[in-house]
Amino acid sequence: MKHRYLPMTEQDQQEMLKVIGVSSVDELFEDIPEKVRFKGELNLKPAKSESALLKELAQLAKQNANSDEYVSFLGAGVYDHYKPVIVDHVISRSEFYTAYTPYQPEISQGELQAIFEFQTMIAELTGMDLANSSMYDGGTALAEAGMLAAGQTRRKKILVSDAVHPIALDVVKTYAYGQSIEVVNVPLKDGVTDLDALNNLIDNDTAAVMVQYPNFYGRIENVQAISDAIHAVKGISIVSANPLALAILTPPGKMDADITVGDAQPFGIPEAFGGPHCGYFATTKKLMRKVPGRLVGETVDEDGRRGYVLTLQAREQHIRREKATSNICSNQALNALAASVAMTALGKKGVQEMAKQNILKTHYAKEAFENAGFEVPFKGPHFNEIVVKVEGSVQALNDALFEKNIIGGFDLGKVSPELENHILIAVTEQRTKEEIDALVQEMGALQHA
Amino acid sequence: MHKENQPLVFELSKEGRVGYSLSKVDVPEVELSTILPSEFIRTEEAELPELSELDIMRHYTALSRRNHGVDSGFYPLGSCTMKYNPKVNENVARFPGFANIHPLQDEKTVQGALGLMYDLQQHLIEITGMAEVTLQPAAGAHGEWTALMMIRAFHEANGETGRTKVIVPDSAHGTNPASANVAGFDIVTVKSDENGLVDLEDLRKVVGPDTAALMLTNPNTLGLFEEHILEIAEIIHGVGGKVYYDGANLNAVMSKARPGDMGFDCVHLNLHKTFTGPHGGGGPGSGPVGVKEDMIPFLPKPVLVKTENGYQFDYDRPQSIGRVKPYYGNFGINVRAYTYIRSMGPDGLKAVTENAVINANYMMRRLQPYYELPYNRHCKHEFVLSGSRQKKLGVRTLDIAKRLLDFGYHPPTTYFPLNVEEGLMIEPTETESKETLDAFCDAMIQIAKEAEETPEIVQEAPHTTVISRLDETRAARHPVLKYVKPNETER
Repeated sequence: MKHRYLPMTEQDQQEMLKVIGVSSVDELFEDIPEKVRFKGELNLKPAKSESALLKELAQLAKQNANSDEYVSFLGAGVYDHYKPVIVDHVISRSEFYTAYTPYQPEISQGELQAIFEFQTMIAELTGMDLANSSMYDGGTALAEAGMLAAGQTRRKKILVSDAVHPIALDVVKTYAYGQSIEVVNVPLKDGVTDLDALNNLIDNDTAAVMVQYPNFYGRIENVQAISDAIHAVKGISIVSANPLALAILTPPGKMDADITVGDAQPFGIPEAFGGPHCGYFATTKKLMRKVPGRLVGETVDEDGRRGYVLTLQAREQHIRREKATSNICSNQALNALAASVAMTALGKKGVQEMAKQNILKTHYAKEAFENAGFEVPFKGPHFNEIVVKVEGSVQALNDALFEKNIIGGFDLGKVSPELENHILIAVTEQRTKEEIDALVQEMGALQHA
Repeated sequence: MHKENQPLVFELSKEGRVGYSLSKVDVPEVELSTILPSEFIRTEEAELPELSELDIMRHYTALSRRNHGVDSGFYPLGSCTMKYNPKVNENVARFPGFANIHPLQDEKTVQGALGLMYDLQQHLIEITGMAEVTLQPAAGAHGEWTALMMIRAFHEANGETGRTKVIVPDSAHGTNPASANVAGFDIVTVKSDENGLVDLEDLRKVVGPDTAALMLTNPNTLGLFEEHILEIAEIIHGVGGKVYYDGANLNAVMSKARPGDMGFDCVHLNLHKTFTGPHGGGGPGSGPVGVKEDMIPFLPKPVLVKTENGYQFDYDRPQSIGRVKPYYGNFGINVRAYTYIRSMGPDGLKAVTENAVINANYMMRRLQPYYELPYNRHCKHEFVLSGSRQKKLGVRTLDIAKRLLDFGYHPPTTYFPLNVEEGLMIEPTETESKETLDAFCDAMIQIAKEAEETPEIVQEAPHTTVISRLDETRAARHPVLKYVKPNETER
C-alpha cells in the first residue's frame, strides 16, 4: 500500500525479501501460532487523507469551550496563564521533540543542557538544593515524595493536609496502597492546616507531612511551623508548591522543607484537558541519592570540555530493577523544556511581576465580591484563588455564567459536603479588571434574581 | 552538528533585559506587604536569567543543533520504536479546542474531547483484543504499575491475599520488576531457553498458589515471538494468576496477533512509541491499559462512558484502584495517537507492522556475516546482535556505538537485554527507507572491518561529535546538578 509515512516500494519489498530468503511477507509471521494469528482486517475507521482528517478533527475541537474564547475563572490546580509565544517555537524544533531520553550524551548535549538549566531554575524557585529532570505531574510527584519518605524513614504513615488538592490526594492514596502506607488526613482551621491537630497526629511512626503551598483554597500555609513539627520526630516535610507563587512567596527550602514537588504547568504549558503537564521534584543534598527519575549532571569530556550526562543512575529502574523504589522511566522532558523557555522569557523580573499580578487581581476580586455582599470565607492572605459562598447550587450558577461566555469556578461541594454552595474562583494575570467586575456583577445579578 | 560550546542560559543573562510582555496591571496597585505578612514574602530573588527574545531563541536554537532527533537522522534505538513523528499530529494537538480546555470544565462543554478519547479507546480495544481501555496512565512504566495494581485488587477481591509474586523473564525491561515492586509485589525471575524464549520448564517450577501474575512482552526483547504463548498463558491461568502484556513491542504484531487473543488479561501500550506521540527528549508519553472483562471493575477512576446524554465520567466505581494520575491522562499525546491511527486506518496499521518486520529482518540478514547473531531465526520488529567477536579484538559494544555517532546515526540500544553478551538491539521501524537501512548496514560493516584492521579508530570514537566521551564517574562521584554562579559558594 502507498502511504506518506511508509517509504517501502513494491520493488524494495521484493529485493528485501530476497535477501531475507523468504518468498512472502507471511513467512515472517509463521512463528505466530495458527491459533492466535489474527485473520482479516481490524474493525477500525478507514484512513482519512490529511485535509479530510484535519477538517474532521477541527470540527471535534470546536465542540469544546476553550479559554481563548471563554473567560475562565476555573483553576483548582490547572491555570490559564500567559504563555510566551516563543515557547511553542522552541519546543517545535524537532531536534528536541523527536529525540528520546539522552542516553548518548555526545549527540544529546542540547537536551541535557536544557534540562540542567531546568533543574537549576526549579532549585532557584523552590530554594531547594537540587531538582530532578521532571515527573509526570504534580500529583504523581507528590505520591513519589511520599514513597521516598516512607522508604527513608522506614515508617508507614503519612499525614496529608485536607488543603492538599483532593485529586492529588487520590493519587497519593493509590500509590500508598501499593506500598502499604497509611494515609491520615489533617483537618483545617480557617482554610489552612490546623497546627494543633497536626501536632496531635504526629507521632514516632509518622514518615512525613504533606501540605500544599499555596493550598487548594488559595491560602498560604505556615510551612516553617509544619516542618518544625515533623522534624521533631525526625520525619520528612513535603510541600507541594505552585512554582509561580514561589516567585514572591518565601520558598519551601527556606522553611526547612525536605522535599518540594509540584507542577510547572503555570510556566508556558497549555491546560490540555489536564495533561501533559510537568511535575517537578526538588529536594535536599541529603536525599539526593533517593530522588526518583532522571538527573542531569555536569562533567567534562576527554579534552576537558564542559558537558552534561544523565547521572546517579544507580538509583534507577534499569539498573536496580526490582530493588528500585520508583519505576519512572519516561518523564515529561519536552514540557520541562517548555517550562524552562517560559521561565527564561519571563526571567527574574517577569516571574515576580506575573506572580504579583495574580495576588493583586485576586485581592481585588475578593474585595469586589465582599463589596457586592458575598461572603468570602477563609480570611487571610491568598495567592490566586479565593472561596466564595453562593446561594443555591454552584452547578446552576456555572451553567448561567456559561451562557454569558464565562467558565465559572470549581464547585467545592464536589470535594467536601461542608463546602456545598461554595465556589473556588481563580484569578490569574490573564483576567482583566473588566472581566472580574463582570463576573462579580453577573454572579450578583444571578443570586438576587 | 554545532561544534562551539554553548554557554548556559545563566551565563548569557544581563541585568535589565526582558523577554516577556505582560499587560500593565489594571487593578489598584497595593503594596504586597499590606496583603501578605512579611514572613511569607521571599527576601532573595530567584536567580532566573534575563535575556531578550532573540537571544533566547538563539540559545535554544544552538542547543537544538547539539541534539539528534528522528528528524535529524536514523535512530534505531531498540525497544523504543523511534519512528517518524507526523507533523499533522502536532497541528491537531495545538487546536485551541484541544490545547486550551480545562480538565474540570463541565462535561457538557468538552464533548468533542471526550468523544475523541472514547473513540481512541474503542480503536485500542480493537487493536489489542481487550474488553476495555483506560487512558489515564502517563507512560509505559506507569501503565505497568497501574495494571499490576489492578491485578492486586482483582486477587484481593477474591480473597486471595497470598498472591504476592510477580514473575518476570530475565530478558524483561527494567521497568517490569521495578513496577511490580512499587505495586507491592515480590519478583521471581524466569529463565530464557536456548532459543531466547521463556523456559517453560523453569516457568512450571516457579509458579504456584502465590503467583499473582506473569509480565511478558511478545515479541520479547530479543525481537522473537514467544511461540508457546498459549501454553505460557495456560500455565499461569492454571495456578490462578494473570498474564500481563508489556506493549512496548506492539509495533511488531498489529493486525497479525492481538494480546487479547493470545491469552493476556491486561496490556499496556506506549502511545509515544507505536502510535507516534513524539518522544520529546524523554517524554511526555502515554501508557493506556487494556483489560479483559473480569478486570473492568478495578479500572482507575473515573471511567469514560457513553450515555444517551453524551459522554460522561463515571466516578461510582466501588472496586476501582482509584486514580493513578490527576485528571484523564496525557490528553495531548492521546490526541496525537488518535490522529495517527485515523491517518493509517486498518490496512495502514497492517502495512506498518509488515514493513517494520521486513526492515528488521533485512538488516539482520545483511549484518549477520559480520556480527554474532545469537538467535538465528526470523525476528519481528527488532533483533539483537552480539559484539562478542569484536570484543575478542578489544573492541567493545560501547565503542561500536560511539563509532556510529561519527556516521551521523543514533546507536542501537546497547548491553540489553541482559541475557546477550555485548548486546546491540536494533529496531529500524517501518518509516525508514531501504536506502537508509543500507547506508546504516554499510557503516556497521565498515566498523566491523575497522575492529579487525584499525581497532583504535573504533576504541577512540567518536571523532566528529561536539564533545568526546564524557567522564561519567566524575559526574556521579562529585554531582553538580545545577548552575552556581562562579562568585557564589553553593547555598
